Amino acid sequence: MGNAESTGGELAVQLSGIWKRFPGVVANHDVNLAVRSATIHAIVGENGAGKSTLMKTLYGMHQPDEGTIRVEGVEKTFRSPTDAIAAGIGMVHQHFMLADNLSVLENVILGSEPVRGRGRLDLAGAARRLRDLMDSLGVDFDPSAPVSTLGVGQRQRVEILKVLYRGARILILDEPTAVLVPQEVEELFATLKRLVSAEGRTVIFISHKLDEVLTYCDDITVIRQGTTVATTTPREIDRRGLAETMVGVDLPGPAGRTTDVRSEIVLRCHGLEVAGAVPGAKSAVESADLEVHAAEIVGVAGVEGNGQFELCEAILGLIPLLAGSVEIGGVDMTNTDTKERLASGLSYIPFDRQREGLLLDAPLWENTLLGRDDDPSLVSGPFVSRRRVQADSRRIIDRYGVRTPSEQVPAFALSGGNQQKLVVGREMSTNPRILLAAHPTRGVDVGAQAAIWDELRNARDAGLGVLLISADLEELIGLSDRILVMFDGRITADVDPRTATPELLGTYMTGEVQGAGR
Amino acid sequence: MNRQSLQRAAVTAGSSVLAVFVALAISTIVLLVTGKDPVRAFSTLFEAASDTKVLQGTVNRATPLMISAAAVAIGFKMNLFNIGVEGQMRVALLTTAVVGANVNLPPVLHVTLCLLVAMASGAVWAGIAGWLKVKRGVNEVISTIMLNFIALSLVAWAFDDFFREDNNTTTVLVKTKELPRSAWFPDIVDRRLNGMIVVAIVVLLVFWVLVWKTRFGFRLRASGANAGAARATGVHPKRMILISILISGAFAGLVGMRALLGDVHAYQNNLAEQQGFNGIAVALLGRNHPLGIFFAALLFGFLGEASGKLQLEDIPKEIATIMSGIIVLAVVIINEAVKRWNDKRIQRRAAAALEEVPS
Repeated sequence: MGNAESTGGELAVQLSGIWKRFPGVVANHDVNLAVRSATIHAIVGENGAGKSTLMKTLYGMHQPDEGTIRVEGVEKTFRSPTDAIAAGIGMVHQHFMLADNLSVLENVILGSEPVRGRGRLDLAGAARRLRDLMDSLGVDFDPSAPVSTLGVGQRQRVEILKVLYRGARILILDEPTAVLVPQEVEELFATLKRLVSAEGRTVIFISHKLDEVLTYCDDITVIRQGTTVATTTPREIDRRGLAETMVGVDLPGPAGRTTDVRSEIVLRCHGLEVAGAVPGAKSAVESADLEVHAAEIVGVAGVEGNGQFELCEAILGLIPLLAGSVEIGGVDMTNTDTKERLASGLSYIPFDRQREGLLLDAPLWENTLLGRDDDPSLVSGPFVSRRRVQADSRRIIDRYGVRTPSEQVPAFALSGGNQQKLVVGREMSTNPRILLAAHPTRGVDVGAQAAIWDELRNARDAGLGVLLISADLEELIGLSDRILVMFDGRITADVDPRTATPELLGTYMTGEVQGAGR
Repeated sequence: MNRQSLQRAAVTAGSSVLAVFVALAISTIVLLVTGKDPVRAFSTLFEAASDTKVLQGTVNRATPLMISAAAVAIGFKMNLFNIGVEGQMRVALLTTAVVGANVNLPPVLHVTLCLLVAMASGAVWAGIAGWLKVKRGVNEVISTIMLNFIALSLVAWAFDDFFREDNNTTTVLVKTKELPRSAWFPDIVDRRLNGMIVVAIVVLLVFWVLVWKTRFGFRLRASGANAGAARATGVHPKRMILISILISGAFAGLVGMRALLGDVHAYQNNLAEQQGFNGIAVALLGRNHPLGIFFAALLFGFLGEASGKLQLEDIPKEIATIMSGIIVLAVVIINEAVKRWNDKRIQRRAAAALEEVPS
């Protein structure tokens, strides 16, 4: 693979030997990145590979422990994003930071309002500047319209305008296409191309979507397990090669199975229909049918936001169903609440451990009680048995290799991977019959990942049914007995993992192809 | 108790004590600026602390503060800010005064009935805010503030139009019909120290056991700490909100009982005024923990009681009020600073402890 520097051009950004450690985890080590001026430079890597940590370093949101940052040839130290902005770096966040009820113009100038004379707001001047920027970007919408009336793609354009208005020459876009539909993606890249070719600005583009990276970007840097492993260009690498570089060939792959799927069905969903986020929007889940047998792992592949989250919430009874039924262990649970479903042997490793799985300020032992406070071995009547809960939490910590000084430490003090191990351990400790596992190894280091896989496999061999939602296609292929693909709220494919490849799943996930048993 | 929880308690208590000292320092500056002698002011306070009468008065004043702080704190544990303790207390005061004066029961039963009526009526009034939040999503801060005004006016009107005793000409203040002796809460020291302090301590104990020792309390704290996680484990957030607001209101109903059953024995318009609001400050200083609330209430009770002594020394008694205010501000600021420092410390130590253990 070639090196970007050899293709010539002056460097807009150069990072050398960047290290960033957090308590208990090294997020970035020996990161080297060279971004040529006036190019679109993609940074690709799996979830948890360290992309966001790196971008936060570059945007001054935290300081690296070691290494140097050069912007346009000059070495810089960023104490805060303000310093980075002053150096000409702008960040377009994945989650928009816009005030809905303010106009486009007001949002753009918010925080750097132009004043004339003694603090008088110069709206007319700002409007002229914004108009110029919009013309140069080739976008057209009413600057006085409230942001709430704009679509997602337009809002993103406002975010870009905001950054340009502050004079950014180098734009960082954090997974900008995650929220866009295909046409909007095309429009976005047309805009970015224009910024690069007509104005000589530089775009750093963070993504894990290989197709758009290969189609639109000039250079690609791959991050794996916290470090930059390769820099290449779309001409030098194909989709498969890029996927292999991202995942790495030295990963311990999930091994095959020795036992058989049993005939008993532990989870059956029929015709599940869940309303969309806003009234009038299309359903988040549409007529979903699925069955999980005892001793079976059913994988669910899909680009995030295609209904996987709502599917889990519906199975848990956390959101109302428009139609359909949920059966757990052969019993219809459609009209029961979450507590009853959990009591009947359902367990849940949530999508976001910090938001749904942990009490960050509470000690670990209290965290292991979460959702298990009906277990007679942990409570006596209405009282929590502190002694027994603590003993049990030590068992979980030992068995799942949670690295912590003791069970008294608050959960926030642990690294993400150790938090995840605690959550997995807790959920397995309810002796579930059916486990909803959403990204069970997300943000977990390689060793812990293998340990969690082992636990899941052992539990499956003992009869556990697992619905495994994951963005890690290798994990899905390696662990699952069947893989369902979700696209746009529907289950669009049922794939045999023995014949599936990440590429095949990718075509189903993007909705290009439907079928295979559906 | 193990080492970590001891450390945690020490850090918590330490930051509150630090706040009190910062408040003392700022008060000194205030005194100096106004040309008063801070040494004399503080020695007056110090001498007051060894005066039995002052101490008895301190406990008397602390009694309602402990209860109202418990009412506020149980809400805080669930991330609910019940500012309506004052209104809930007021509704309970009139209801209890009227019901208590119109029944005849043997002493212990009569007092018990009064306390139960107070708790029930306080809970009902708080329940309105709970119902609004659960059914309509109305923020409880706004609804309880509004309900305070409504309670104040409603009680004043009901008192004036229906329950005042006009033939009572011997006292300046108009009151409701006096409670029969069987409904009086007995004094521990005659006319100096009322027995309601026992009820206040029981309330704090109940609060402690309920929130820290039971499954219900665990769910309550979990809902307050992370509603998303609590929900995912099957806790009904709305039910928890309603129950905790009702408990808070029941506590609030008891706040005025020292004044009603232990002192005046009838309702009058300024009875127990402000005691519901002052509980917010006490809960803040006491870090929403029963033990902290106990000492914070005693401190505020003492400052209130000793302010009279200051006046005798030609020092404005408002200096005690200023000190209470500064203490609360200092607590809020210092707690936050200490929490950040301590969180970092814990994180560092957890990381350090791990580096010694090979993975």
